[in-house]
Amino acid sequence: MNEMGSRNATILQVDNLKKYFPIRRGFFQKITGWVRAVENVSFKIKRGKTLGLVGESGCGKTTVARLILKLLDADEGQILFDAQDITQLDEKEMKPLRKEMQIIFQDPYGSLNPRMTVGQSIAEGLKISGIHNRSKQNQRLEKLLKMVGMSPASSDRFPHEFSGGQRQRIGIARALSVEPALIICDEPVSALDVSIQAQIINLLKDLQSQLELSYLFISHDLNVVGYLCDKVAVMYKGHIMEYAPADALFDHPFHPYTHLLLSAIPDTEHKIDAELNATADEVSNTLNPPSGCSFQERCPLNEERCKHNPIEFEKMGPDHLVRCWKVARNGSY
Amino acid sequence: MADNKALLSVEELKVYFRSEDEVARAVDGVSFDVGREETVCLVGESGCGKTVTALSVMGLVPIPPGEIAGGKILFRAKNLLDFNDSDMQKVRGNQIAMIFQEPLTSLNPVFTIGDQIGEAIQIHQTATQSEVVERSQQLLKDVGIADPAQRLRDYPHQLSGGQRQRVMIAMALACDPDLVIADEPTTALDVTVQAQILRLLDTIQKMRSMSVLYITHDLGVVSKIADRICVMYAGIIAEQGNKDAVLKTPKHPYTQALLASLPNREKRGQRLYSIPGTVPNPAYKPDGCPFHPRCQHTIQNCSEQYPGMCDYGDGHHARCPVLFEGGKGNWCD
Repeated sequence: MNEMGSRNATILQVDNLKKYFPIRRGFFQKITGWVRAVENVSFKIKRGKTLGLVGESGCGKTTVARLILKLLDADEGQILFDAQDITQLDEKEMKPLRKEMQIIFQDPYGSLNPRMTVGQSIAEGLKISGIHNRSKQNQRLEKLLKMVGMSPASSDRFPHEFSGGQRQRIGIARALSVEPALIICDEPVSALDVSIQAQIINLLKDLQSQLELSYLFISHDLNVVGYLCDKVAVMYKGHIMEYAPADALFDHPFHPYTHLLLSAIPDTEHKIDAELNATADEVSNTLNPPSGCSFQERCPLNEERCKHNPIEFEKMGPDHLVRCWKVARNGSY
Repeated sequence: MADNKALLSVEELKVYFRSEDEVARAVDGVSFDVGREETVCLVGESGCGKTVTALSVMGLVPIPPGEIAGGKILFRAKNLLDFNDSDMQKVRGNQIAMIFQEPLTSLNPVFTIGDQIGEAIQIHQTATQSEVVERSQQLLKDVGIADPAQRLRDYPHQLSGGQRQRVMIAMALACDPDLVIADEPTTALDVTVQAQILRLLDTIQKMRSMSVLYITHDLGVVSKIADRICVMYAGIIAEQGNKDAVLKTPKHPYTQALLASLPNREKRGQRLYSIPGTVPNPAYKPDGCPFHPRCQHTIQNCSEQYPGMCDYGDGHHARCPVLFEGGKGNWCD
């Protein structure tokens, strides 16, 4: 890693990332088609900042997360972590970098080993980061638990003894044990009750400012994203449709899909846009996407041109990109 | 409380669950009315007793270990708790229907959609096979499913999450119920699909002049659909009233805290209010007001006496004497 002074301001940069999954059928498992899970996805995350990745289920959010962590290999494109391209690294070269990137999951029940005490689970990470000395481990363990707002006595207990919110805290402590620079949060508060959700969100914000963490925050909850994120990327069927600072996205959304998502937010202010939602169907599969714009089937602005050329990003303002030629031409939705 | 106009009137309902050495008071004196053509939302966090309340209305609480320890459930002025099994069978599914949270687990995977909707019709009404098919098709059309004749031959796994929930709604509507109880029907769905299902429920309710008892933890959804709201906490109703009264001028500290802990864009940069502690175990509820250990306004009395319902007029009640007219609310023993 670079020295403090010359540190790269961008912790993660993803360029034209692509991942297709083959569909195999028949006795010989012949490839009969491709699921285009991630297509030309590009974004940047600055140190100490949060990028929100939003979209409906099946849009490719989680695949992006797995590509960044190299749990999957990308077909094309670059992932620059701290200015180093990790897509070409082999398992051995990747190992030191794994400490730098951690993930916390939606389901705190499923992501902790039920047979290991909380202390053992977290100590796994400490061993990996080279702390083998028992007393040092315990010291660090105590500090980590305190950091996430749990008592040091919790370390001898098992995951089933804790509530959902506490388990999520344990998951966060485990992620922090290797002192990562980037944490991928995959729907970390979706399964929690409102009062617990607020506790975890506050905790994530506190840790970010204490440790200068960067987050990739994957969520379908636009209320949480609007509260927590600095920048937002809206994903639909593998493509990023709109990419903008959170304020710009919420105040001046351009893409019809962003409008659809915003109008569906169940909150006290927005009215459900009946007209827009009338055309809304669920994300159909990414199996045989139409040529041209991937949103055309649900889009109220759909016209002939959308069916043909691949739709490129248009610049709508500083750092505000939109994948829709029509709103770019009209200057508004 | 016993308003003759109310379709459903729950009075001082108490449902306890006994195990060998403890009694979990899941529902502990709950009273509310559902008027004709009205949507009442039961809101609360997990474990607050909202689902048990709904199951008691349906007569689906398993006894034992469950036990109706007191109260009445008046449906059309008749106490459902006095009904025997065969009487209750005639009400359940026929006059009162229920929609569950997880459509995939509530549908039988080995029968077609047509079989399952048909069964709902045949149990309660005499109809020939062709009438049943005709009714089923009409029901699917009503809930906005395209090509109903084909869908009737489909199995549940062939449908998307939103379509399955539509099928569940169609089944609930099969016998033209007067009251539909919906238990978190949109929690597992994407926001855009959720918006569609909420709109669908609204349309159908108006079309068929039904009453809806809607159970959810999501205050955003509540603000979209409710006429009246009952906020539950640890087996009691903390506050109830018309939607705007409860959401805009909440009178119970728990409702106030819940609203303050919701993240949204407007609160960016501010710390979210988070309710300290967790929901109490229903077997070990604190004495006095169950919310007092987590409350900002706790006074001595709160841990000793049970708070009375305070009347703010126009059907708006809150069980917190501390905030009522400068602490002049009444206490029970």
